[in-house]
Order: sequence, then C-alpha cells, then structure tokens
Amino acid sequence: MAGLVIAAVPATGAVAADGDGTRIDWGPYKVGDVRSGYTYAGAQTRAMQDDDFQNPAFLWLERGAELWDTAEGAAGKACADCHGDAEESMADVATHYPIYFEDWGKLMNIEQRINWCRETQMQAEPFEWESDDLLGITAFVKHQSKGLPVDVSVDGPAAPFFEKGKAFYEERRGQLDMACTHCHVDHPGDLIRAETLSQGQANGFPTYRLKWQTLGSLHRRFRGCNRNIRAEPFPYGSDEYTNLELYVTWRGNGLPVESPSVRK
Amino acid sequence: VPASVPAHAAAPPSYTVQGGYTIPEPLTDTPGDPAMGRNWVINRKLGNCLSCHQMPIPEEQFHGETAPALYGVGDLYSAGELRLRIVDPKVLNPQSMMPAFYKTEGLNRVLKGFEGRPILTAQQVEDIIAYLMTLKDTSKAKN
Ligand code: HEC
Ligand code: HEC
Ligand code: HEC
Repeated sequence: MAGLVIAAVPATGAVAADGDGTRIDWGPYKVGDVRSGYTYAGAQTRAMQDDDFQNPAFLWLERGAELWDTAEGAAGKACADCHGDAEESMADVATHYPIYFEDWGKLMNIEQRINWCRETQMQAEPFEWESDDLLGITAFVKHQSKGLPVDVSVDGPAAPFFEKGKAFYEERRGQLDMACTHCHVDHPGDLIRAETLSQGQANGFPTYRLKWQTLGSLHRRFRGCNRNIRAEPFPYGSDEYTNLELYVTWRGNGLPVESPSVRK
Repeated sequence: VPASVPAHAAAPPSYTVQGGYTIPEPLTDTPGDPAMGRNWVINRKLGNCLSCHQMPIPEEQFHGETAPALYGVGDLYSAGELRLRIVDPKVLNPQSMMPAFYKTEGLNRVLKGFEGRPILTAQQVEDIIAYLMTLKDTSKAKN
C-alpha cells in the first residue's frame, strides 16, 4: 500500500512544488483536511518509513515479535498463549485505543493494556515506559492494524475524558504560554525555525524519530512539546496524557495506523 | 537547559501600559544597544524571535513563518508600541501565539527552573527595541 502512495507522488520536490502540500494526492495519508505527519515529512524521511528494510523501527518490531512468544511471569504464559496469532487477534485493535476501561473507571491506552495483561494475566512485572521492550511490543501490536483507519470512540463513558483531553489541548501553559492549538491547528505547514509544523497527529506512534535515534511513545512526544514551551511535563502514562491521547487520536480518525512511523 | 540561561533579577517586572497600546517609559536607565538586541532575537534560549518571524538576518538559515515579517517594523511602530508588543502582546491580542517576554503573572505550569522569572531581562527587552527601531525597510517584507 505504502509503495503505491509513493508512486502517485512525483519523485522529487513534490512538497516544495506545491508549497504547503495541500493539493498533492497523498492517498490514505490525507482524509479531507486531516493530514498525517507523513505528508509534512521530507522525501527522505518518507522513503525510510516506506521501506521496511530501511525503517530502523523494524528492529523494535522484531523484539516485539519475540516478546509475543516469550512466556514470562508467575503464570508462565506468553501473549501468544492467550491471543494466538497476532495477525488475527490484534488485526484492528490499535484503531480503537485509547478505550474507556470499566474496571479502572477511566481511559486505557495500548501500553497500559499490555502492562495490564502482564500484571493481571501473566503475573509479570509491567514494562517500563520507553524501555525497548514496551516500545517493541507496542509497535508490534499496533503494526497489526497498519493501514486501517483510526476509529476511536469518544462518546458514552469516554466522553468526559475526551473533554478533559480537549481542554488540555486548548489550554495555554509554560513560560512561553502556548497551547497545542497555536502550533498544530493554526500553523501546520509553516516553519517554526527549522521545523515544519504538522497537525500533530498520533497515528504513527510509536515513531522512530531521527532526532531521538530511537523509537519513542506518543507520551514522550507530548513531554517534548510541553518542554519546548517551558511547561512542566506530566508523567508517562498519566491520566492527563492518556486523556490528551484520546483527543489527539480522535483528531486523526480516518487516518491509517502507520506504526511504526519515521519522523525527523 | 536552565544552566545556560542567565539568572534574572529577582524584582518582578513592572511597567505601565498607556491607553491600552503603548509602554512609553523604557524599562531601564541604560539605553538599549541594537547590536546586543540583534543577538537576543537570534538566541534560541532568549528571544528566539526568528523561530516565528522573518528578519533581515541573512546568516541565520531558518526563519519562522508563523508570524508577520519584521523587516519594516521600526517604521510601523514607536518604541513604546514595540515595548508593549514584546512585554505582553496579549494586551493587544488575547489570542496571540506570541509569548509575553517580560511577564511572570498568570502563567500555567511553568517548567521547574523557569518559575517566577520573565523570558528576557528588562535590559534585553530594551536592546531588542533598539534593534527593531533600525528595521525600516518595508520593501523587503516577505509576508
Ligand atoms: C511551539 C510549537 C508547538 C507546540 C505549542 C506544540 N507542539 Fe507538538 N510539535 C511541534 C513540532 C515543531 C513538532 C515536530 C514537527 C511536527 O510534526 O509538527 C511537533 C510534533 C508533534 C507530534 C508528532 C506528530 C507526528 O506526526 O509525528 C505530536 C503528536 C504533537 N506534536 C502533539 C502536541 C501536543 C499534544 C501539544 C500540546 C500539549 C503540542 N504538540 C504542542 C511544535 C509544537
Ligand atoms: C493469560 C491470558 C493473557 C495473556 C498471557 C496476555 N493477555 Fe492480553 N488480554 C487478555 C485478556 C483477558 C484481555 C481482555 C480481553 C477483552 O476484554 O476483550 C486481553 C486484551 C489484550 C489487548 C486488547 C485487545 C482488545 O481488543 O482490546 C491487547 C492489545 C493485549 N491483550 C495484548 C497482550 C500482550 C502484548 C501480551 C503479552 C505481553 C498479552 N496480551 C498477554 C489475556 C491475556
Ligand atoms: C511563537 C511565535 C512568536 C515568537 C517566538 C515571537 N513572536 Fe512576535 N508575533 C507573533 C505573532 C503571531 C504576531 C502577530 C500579532 C499577534 O498575533 O499578536 C507577532 C507580532 C509581533 C510584532 C508586531 C508586528 C506587526 O507587524 O504588527 C512585533 C514587533 C513582534 N512580534 C516582535 C517579536 C520579537 C521582538 C520577538 C522575540 C523577542 C517575537 N516577536 C517573538 C509570534 C511570535
């Protein structure tokens, strides 16, 4: 699929030729006005993402595949023991997360689901945020939904959490006193110093960021964007960020799951 | 980051906005130095004005595109009007994306190490105004 999209775009200078890229046929990476970070990325970065052999994130996918079959914890079980073939059991799971999780009375994202399985189902230690293991298994699970449209639900019991996420997105913070909207709603396509702003979509996470030289979670990105405006970040997996994740993910409903993407 | 940022004076910013559009009184007794001001607008830890504005600073490669170009801004505004625009642009436009560079009140969840102090010192603001007053070439404005 990704190969076809690339073929539809002139090989060089596609973005430059069109200024802001709005008129380019981005295939599934653009749904109405909603555009994946892919469509703001440079040609080289896109090429890295499109070619499984060039995409550095595939090292983490391999680690994830290994973990899927590895029994750990007191229950002596592997993911595969309960979920079988990931290609089938996980086929569209990532398109629906974060979900409202009844037992917690709040939202749960994929990383939290995986650690829930480890703790309650496997009786194993949870993986640490940003560990290669959690990034790897998360990328592996999400990758099973690759190409399928994001479709999170924000009504019913999820609604109040969605509203909190939306409020966070629109709230100014930090010494620079800026909200997410100032960069990702008002100025996608514009340069902010050497960075081209995108719509700040979540569909590619975990993402291999060239600047990080590693895979990173969406919550890492949130912490970075908070820090850049000199705002105190929230902890990984905090309610604030999981609510924000639902709102940000919803903004990209309809975009294909790209995990693991490559970004500058 | 905090280590490379110079410590600011402890006194909270104080200034008077007149008529809702200008701060006519300089913030310091020492007149602004335009050459220093040019440094502060480039410096990513200080003004970093270039992250949003285009300015006649050809040696810097990337100029932002999220705000008006400042090529002729010294012709457009008085020093007092520029002072308000740097000290607290939200007086003029409450929706503004532009940070208030000399304000500590009413901020939300400021990163540890930066609390209670403005982005720029009073003298840096004055230096920047002196620099902006030298920008008179509206013909070079790019947007
Ligand atoms: C000062 C500008 C600025 C603000 C404010 C800001 N960001 Fe960002 N953000 C960036 C830049 C620059 C990038 C990297 C280029 C891009 O994808 O936009 C980025 C990237 C992202 C990405 C990754 C997009 C991708 O495709 O990989 C997400 C998600 C994101 N931001 C979310 C947020 C959220 C949520 C907030 C508020 C909590 C926020 N940002 C606030 C500048 C900002
Ligand atoms: C002992 C059984 C067991 C093991 C082992 C296990 N899980 Fe689960 N998993 C479950 C149960 C039960 C659910 C909840 C199913 C439901 O509520 O529909 C679940 C749900 C999930 C979901 C969400 C599926 C959905 O449709 O919402 C994901 C993702 C997941 N597990 C991943 C993993 C991973 C990755 C591992 C290994 C690290 C793992 N699981 C290990 C039992 C297990
Ligand atoms: C994060 C973006 C951003 C940064 C950083 C920024 N500005 Fe601005 N600036 C704006 C925007 C947006 C406007 C347009 C008016 C408004 O929305 O308040 C503006 C307007 C101005 C104006 C008025 C221009 C006109 O033509 O009316 C001046 C002068 C100015 N800025 C100077 C500065 C200086 C000096 C700095 C650095 C000390 C700076 N700005 C940093 C975003 C920014």
